[in-house]
Amino acid sequence: MKARTATRFAPVLLLAAIASYVLFPDYLALITQIMILAIFALSYDLLQGHTGIVSLGHAAFFGLGAYSVAILSRFGVTEPVLGLFAAGAVSAVVALVLSPIVARGNDLTRLLITLGIGSLLYEAANRARAWTGGADGLSDFALSPLLGVFEFDFLGRTAFFYSFAVLALVYACLLRITTSPFGLALAGIRENTTRMRAIGAPTARHIAVSYMLSGAIAGLGGAVLAQTSHFVSLDMLGFDRSAEVMMVATLGGTGTLHGVVIGAAGFGYVKDALSTLSPKYWHLALGIVLMASVLLMKGGIAGALARLAAWRKR
Amino acid sequence: MTAALESRNLAVRYGHFSAVGGVDLAIAPGARHALIGPNGAGKTTLVHALTGNVAATAGSVHLDGEDITHLAQPARVRKGLARTFQINQLFRSQTVLENVLLAVFERQRATRAFWRSATGDRRAIAEAREHIALVNLASLADQPVHRLAYGQQRMVEIAIALATRPRVLILDEPAAGVPTTESAVIFERLEALPREMTLIFVEHDMNLVFRFAERITVLVAGKVLTEGTPAEISADERVREVYLGRRGHHAA
Repeated sequence: MKARTATRFAPVLLLAAIASYVLFPDYLALITQIMILAIFALSYDLLQGHTGIVSLGHAAFFGLGAYSVAILSRFGVTEPVLGLFAAGAVSAVVALVLSPIVARGNDLTRLLITLGIGSLLYEAANRARAWTGGADGLSDFALSPLLGVFEFDFLGRTAFFYSFAVLALVYACLLRITTSPFGLALAGIRENTTRMRAIGAPTARHIAVSYMLSGAIAGLGGAVLAQTSHFVSLDMLGFDRSAEVMMVATLGGTGTLHGVVIGAAGFGYVKDALSTLSPKYWHLALGIVLMASVLLMKGGIAGALARLAAWRKR
Repeated sequence: MTAALESRNLAVRYGHFSAVGGVDLAIAPGARHALIGPNGAGKTTLVHALTGNVAATAGSVHLDGEDITHLAQPARVRKGLARTFQINQLFRSQTVLENVLLAVFERQRATRAFWRSATGDRRAIAEAREHIALVNLASLADQPVHRLAYGQQRMVEIAIALATRPRVLILDEPAAGVPTTESAVIFERLEALPREMTLIFVEHDMNLVFRFAERITVLVAGKVLTEGTPAEISADERVREVYLGRRGHHAA
């Protein structure tokens, strides 16, 4: 049902992206940021929205992807698409290894453990200056033209289309995953683990695979950010980014692909507009917007859209 | 003959409290076996220990002669031991079809596939619809479970359990919370199940027990008081004393 809506929204989102390119050529950098945020939020929502597992350290996998791009380029992996998939693979492996610790316990213990893993990785990256540049970050890594043809240009056109292509790929993959037999099992874990055990389901295995896929996609998002901004820094691993992605998923509507993408667009735009409006107090305004949206819109933007559709049908 | 399901000196203790205190059970293949006993007799805990929902403190559980004491519940289910719950354990926002289909997929180990469409698997869907038809819910297959009446949700519990293709099915009060008129319907559906499937059920309604059970085990304070045919049980003075003597209480 939700998946059907997400499928129907795919051409709408596609058109919106193309329209934004035509209508706002001066804002390509912001739109690119928003699409990267959408990739990251989609990765997180595979866990929270579809599997029912919360995390406060998901930026760990995003940051790992970003740092992988920068570090791998030192070893000659400078082609962006190659770097992208290598970064995704690194994040996937780390997520898979961490999943037995992270999937343990209940929501509260998971929040604490993922928070701890996020902090650990942050501090590790801070200390390993030789590899990560520490608090200064990294910007001296080489990137060859995309597919050997397209340079990342000043106007951000290549960055726009590249991020857009990765977002479209991630969206399509998640549509398939969430409507597969595996996706049905994830929904089962979210709804009732007692019942899952009673039908003989290997829940720990399902959660591990979900974690791996989610980590891989987060890694793709981080890689795209590193490549399009040609910069990697500690904040890509940080708590703020982990918290932000949770807000985006909630604002958009957890468990809905289209909702999460629209949520990322809304969040990205509001954050940008507010910080331009008031560089000093934008956090305050953002807090009010978020609280109002959670209190007034059950199920986030996707929930509001569904109610609107139901009301129009009557 | 090897028992379909057997427990030897099975015990579950919580601290000093003994919920199940050394139960020996031997259920014959194809049996229609009732577990009865007053409230707090340990019936549900015994079911939990048999199916692996709680770990046994002592004793062992055997399925077709194989020791399954140390297997977790999912492994026991894959060996053919399924159960239903006293309180519905369903995927409430999913449709009836999705609830049953997931059990079919898990049995086939098809849930490993994240690159295929679930709705494209016509065979699995056809099988799920058969299980749903067997419990008389064919017309509601595409409704979300939470929209169904409680009695209908009890049927979904049974359909899910059947989709695991059990050899032994344990039903913990299949008609709990359902009006008497409907509870007979549930038991009639159970009677229609293949004879080779072993059925064990916990039930409070003595009319249903004596109508459907072929053997009865009476549990009191975590121990087996006696076991026998319905005629033997209803003639047993001790059973009358601890259990049937309070018939007025149960009829109310």
